[in-house]
Amino acid sequence: MTTLGGQVKPKVRLGDLVFSRAASVAGIGILITLAAVAVFLFIQALPALNPEADFSGKAENPISYVTPYVFGTLYGSIIALAIATPLAIGIALYISHYANRRFSQILGYIMDLLAAIPSVVYGLWGIMVLAPFLNPTYLWLNENLGWIPLFAGQVSATGRTMLTVGIVLAIMVLPIMAALIREVFLQTPRLHEEAALALGATRWEMIKMAVLPFGRPGIISSMMLGLGRALGETMAVALVLSPASIINFALLTSQNSNTIAANIALHFPESGGDYRSLLIASGLMLFLITMLINMLARYIISRRAEFSGAN
Amino acid sequence: MATTFYGIQATATLPRWFSPLALIGSLALTTAMFVVSGFTDESGNLNLLAIAVLGFALYMIMTYLISRGVEGRRKATDRMVTGWVSAAFALAVVPLVSLAWTVFEKGINRLDAEFFTSSMRNVVGEGGGALHAIIGTVELTTIATLISVPLGIMTAIYLVEYGRGRLAKAVTFFVDVMTGIPSIVAGLFAFSLFLILLGPASAINGMAGAVSLAVLMTPVVVRSAEEMLKIVPNELREASYALGVPKWLTVVKVVLPTALAGIATGVIIAIARVIGETAPLLLAAGFTTSMNYNPLSEKMMTLPVFVYTSYAIQGTDAASYVDRAWAGALTLMLIVMLLNLGARIISKLFSPKG
Repeated sequence: MTTLGGQVKPKVRLGDLVFSRAASVAGIGILITLAAVAVFLFIQALPALNPEADFSGKAENPISYVTPYVFGTLYGSIIALAIATPLAIGIALYISHYANRRFSQILGYIMDLLAAIPSVVYGLWGIMVLAPFLNPTYLWLNENLGWIPLFAGQVSATGRTMLTVGIVLAIMVLPIMAALIREVFLQTPRLHEEAALALGATRWEMIKMAVLPFGRPGIISSMMLGLGRALGETMAVALVLSPASIINFALLTSQNSNTIAANIALHFPESGGDYRSLLIASGLMLFLITMLINMLARYIISRRAEFSGAN
Repeated sequence: MATTFYGIQATATLPRWFSPLALIGSLALTTAMFVVSGFTDESGNLNLLAIAVLGFALYMIMTYLISRGVEGRRKATDRMVTGWVSAAFALAVVPLVSLAWTVFEKGINRLDAEFFTSSMRNVVGEGGGALHAIIGTVELTTIATLISVPLGIMTAIYLVEYGRGRLAKAVTFFVDVMTGIPSIVAGLFAFSLFLILLGPASAINGMAGAVSLAVLMTPVVVRSAEEMLKIVPNELREASYALGVPKWLTVVKVVLPTALAGIATGVIIAIARVIGETAPLLLAAGFTTSMNYNPLSEKMMTLPVFVYTSYAIQGTDAASYVDRAWAGALTLMLIVMLLNLGARIISKLFSPKG
């Protein structure tokens, strides 16, 4: 006989054991996959880092090869973000605080659709519709504002410029940014808003006092997620941009710094040997940059989540 | 202008029709100015972008000044912000409409029976179709779904039902991080993996493409399944435990069926997201003009890659290549929209009533 007061051990069922183990394995599988991405890219990138690597005349050394593309990637994404952020805040405000409920549901659906359009379709549209549409404006900007270095230089005849890429990328990241900001705006404590309105604030003053301060971390993290998206965007850039392997700040010329992702897509299919390793190395670089930015964004969001319940 | 009414300050307001009328008025005025001054490009077209920008600026200035005179500074600022917010929204809708219209208008040319019944083998110039690409897309997406749905749902079950402590936190965090993997990196990963497994001669095949899609799809499935499992009421689980049902059977027979509609919706949206992925398939699955039913050997064409290569690698008679690219884009858009619609219908039909 066992004595009273001893621990009653729950019966361990085989089914429970198998199922919980399977679930844990799946969870760990996610971590392994992410690690595997980094490890396999690193293995394949290694030959390019060998000083005796032969890039068959396409590159001198890895660093000078990658630098313009890193610049192009960051530059294009920052332009996209500069365009998309004010628009995304505007759209989020419109859906959360201006449109009526039925209408804002339809708007939400439209944003979902925009997010679902494949990037290659954006690319086709960018090169065949948007670029020719914007080109007269580029000519005008160059003639009248050419003294600003950004608009200087020989204007591209096709409109396939850095600015067009920035605009296409902005349109592509807009839906996810707007959706995220809207979520945060909708979480604004109702009492804060009503208190502001009851004190006689106009709608804008209410937004300025109650909604925006509450939503600031959300705006910042959505900017970072948008940045992560824009950095990795491939096909739209590969189709639209007229690329070069230089560092160029000018927005309207046909000599644009290509992005890492677009450069890989353009050259990978017919590459081989050490040059292919070099492309994979540049992909590894892109992976690390986007990981860093995403981790930062997620960190900010998760800190926000801890506090939002208390408000 | 404030009037006193029983000791309460009442501010004058502009009538409701003021804003629409002012907008139409300023746009008309700007257009008239452009026409009168003959400010057109070489072919005599008006620059619509310039008219829209200037007309809107005129509207904002006019509204601000009038409103400031009648309603005061605070309301004038409010009107400005309303104008800006609405303009931001309009600006987002314009590209969508333009894009949808362009794809429809240019894609309809070649959206014929031949497009869906023939491949591009031995086709130079006119004719040909995307059957090989459609087959490839269906096969690769199916394989990717078969990999990522079990993995994703099990991970979500782990996170909601079992996961405690550090590991669960790490998994949650890295699932989020994984949603941000650039698609081309997923393609490079799948290529590198198969290069090591199969060697350089046969590294590029359909399976590699499917793996790259699965990498992109899994985090989306985990996220949506997790959300759905979380909203299953705890009372259901407790009632099941109280009846002596083991935990794993509770999850399989009670929790999962309750969340099934939501999970299915999430899976369909995840499929819609990866079905348009181009870059990873371009690298990992390659491109070809021939039919290939076997994902385990040889390159495999997919619809997004078909769109890209038709445009980027134009042969003789370039126009027919561009036509095929647009027809492929239209097909792709239709598939994505049907999937989204299907997801909506499922979530409407099977969502718990009440």
